[in-house]
Amino acid sequence: MTPRAPMRSRLDRLGFDARFGALVAALALIWLALAWATDGVFLSPRNLYNLSIQTCVTAIAACGMVYLIVARQIDLSVGSLMAFTGMLVAWTQTNWLGSAGAMGWLVSIGVGLLAGLIVGAFQGWWVAYRGVPAFVVTLAGYLMWRGAAFLVADGQTLAPLADAYQRLGGGQDGSLGPAWSWGLGVAGVAALAAQTVAKRRSRARYGARLAPLWADALKLAVSGGALLAFVAVVCAYPDPGSDAGAGKGLGLPVLVLLVVALWLDVVARRTRFGRHVWALGGNPEAALLAGLPTRRLLLQLFMLMGGLSAVAAVITTARLGSGTHSIGQMAELYVIAATVIGGTSLSGGSGSIAGAIVGALLIQTLDNGMVLLDVASAKRQIFIGMILIAAVWFDGLYNRGARR
Amino acid sequence: MKRKNLVLGALLAAALGGACTAAAAKGDVIGVSWSNFQEERWKRDEAALKAAIEAAGDRYVSADAQGSNEKQLADIDALLTKGAKVLIVLAMDAQAVLPGVNAARQAGVPVLAYDRLIQDPSVLYLSFDNAEVGRIQARAVLAAKPRGNYVFIKGSPTDSNADVIHAGQLEVLKPAIASGAVKVVGEQYTDGWSPELAQRNMEQLLTRNANKVDAVVASNDGTAGGAIAALRAQNLTGIAVSGQDADIAALNRVARGEQTVTVWKDSRELGRTAGRFAVLLAEHTKPAAIPGAQVWSGGSKKLPIETVFLKPVAVTRDQLKLVIDAGWASKAQVCAGVAAASAPPACK
Repeated sequence: MTPRAPMRSRLDRLGFDARFGALVAALALIWLALAWATDGVFLSPRNLYNLSIQTCVTAIAACGMVYLIVARQIDLSVGSLMAFTGMLVAWTQTNWLGSAGAMGWLVSIGVGLLAGLIVGAFQGWWVAYRGVPAFVVTLAGYLMWRGAAFLVADGQTLAPLADAYQRLGGGQDGSLGPAWSWGLGVAGVAALAAQTVAKRRSRARYGARLAPLWADALKLAVSGGALLAFVAVVCAYPDPGSDAGAGKGLGLPVLVLLVVALWLDVVARRTRFGRHVWALGGNPEAALLAGLPTRRLLLQLFMLMGGLSAVAAVITTARLGSGTHSIGQMAELYVIAATVIGGTSLSGGSGSIAGAIVGALLIQTLDNGMVLLDVASAKRQIFIGMILIAAVWFDGLYNRGARR
Repeated sequence: MKRKNLVLGALLAAALGGACTAAAAKGDVIGVSWSNFQEERWKRDEAALKAAIEAAGDRYVSADAQGSNEKQLADIDALLTKGAKVLIVLAMDAQAVLPGVNAARQAGVPVLAYDRLIQDPSVLYLSFDNAEVGRIQARAVLAAKPRGNYVFIKGSPTDSNADVIHAGQLEVLKPAIASGAVKVVGEQYTDGWSPELAQRNMEQLLTRNANKVDAVVASNDGTAGGAIAALRAQNLTGIAVSGQDADIAALNRVARGEQTVTVWKDSRELGRTAGRFAVLLAEHTKPAAIPGAQVWSGGSKKLPIETVFLKPVAVTRDQLKLVIDAGWASKAQVCAGVAAASAPPACK
């Protein structure tokens, strides 16, 4: 183990991730500042509900980008691929199967996902088996899939999409409602508690260093409290579609994000695939010499990114209620920015799903809050750019501190 | 070798010239340089343009620059070499195309700047009036909501048309804003005319104003679609919303009563008119003598350019029949999912 700076090692021993903590603290500060500047509108249940929905598209794609960047790859085609798969989904509903029955929209999602996986496999094949750098392959993809999106319907907007499908966008009837939301929230807290207990038990069994009980209890209280607070907030937002003013609850896109994030987090920590990806990114040569199937891993990584781009496209089109070939413009850049702000290192080998989601939330927070303040889009872009540099600069300082 | 080619070229040119004069100015070659033919819409233009040229007995010859300024210049040279009497140029770039326009002027060939401005006083510029697009949008929205809170969802900040359209909107709304009948409660540009960005901006503007918004002046149908999705999520109905392009999806929204107006720029009309003007130019009509031509100096260089602006058409609930009759969209497309009780006349 490398020697560490005293402050960091103390936090480490307590089991806190100082970098993640700093990111959340920065987010909290920005939230408070925005709440103050907007007379509280920013922190109103309605705006937080909107913010949670607006964040989902970037966050879902960022979960995949973490894997790619950890493995020292990149995907610049995310936005174009979103447009292409989104158009295929819309086309399936409007021009092929019709949007009346459940068949149409269910199959359309399958078509979109399949297309995402195939395109991902195509790009992965060029990178893994033909040795073309990912930057080049996906830059080509950035052009190709945008063009393909145009060709699906010759540039037309496809509408209307099925009502049931549109619920996936979190708009009308697009949420779980209070009962289910609370159920899920409580179950989530129980799962967190069970995980903490299991972790302590297993560490004790193997004689590994154990964080003090109070530190684990505090962590559990903070994460569980945040989860329940979020559920309380979205349930406090009266559903504009209901006359009785029932609470909205968790939006369906948030549910999709949670499923994707939990799945990828478990895969990263607990499966051979995840370990291999992190090992590959940490030291590609060693991974190859150790007999890791590096080519197959790369292929699978690009397929994962393609599939997640399709999921992001489903949510975007469901939210819009139509398919247009212009969705996802600059999405890849925001996704990469979210991943990097979330602490994933561009030199590979380290990164976290939770960090990427908070990174996406941070970017969307700035976008969301500054429109409330009537800041023009040009200035918003400048702010987000500055945050990106600041985050990476902070990382550099922090890591140098760690190595001292 | 070179000299031989020159002589041969001169002979050919003489022969061609002789042939043309013999045909009494009919059968003239009219060269068209497209900037980027990939986009679907230019195909509609082309069909109308070609038909108008051939109806007059002239010949249509075209080249596609495939989005490249350099190729466009080479295309223009090639069209001149082919003996074009008139050039119709859809410029990839208003500045970069100038050397080509100079070459045409030296060859005595008039140039018609098609849809996009070319910054040269010798050209005839033909386009739709974008300021009028904005005026139509504002007029229709103002008619639906003479008073109340207005939101502007503007186009892309990198597209100069976005500002021209917005200026047209303000021109109409200025008296109402001054009198206090109309209150502007928010305005945002939409980078890249992106619908999902328009949706997020609209969500934030609704949140900021606690849903107290009566009208949305959106600059095109894509951004209007995003804004309407945001309104729908708040269960807001009866809000006036404008658009532009007569997208099929937007025409359907107009029929359903979700959108107040879309502005239709019939590209076939543009093609037809350009074809007619090209035939006139080939018969040695001066740009200033073209019917409807006026000197306009609204370009970024403020050069006085002979210009013909076509009037865009407002398509509201009661005018849907117009687009259906013109074959722009089918009745089934426009009226999909429209409830019979509240159907507009065109869907009955």
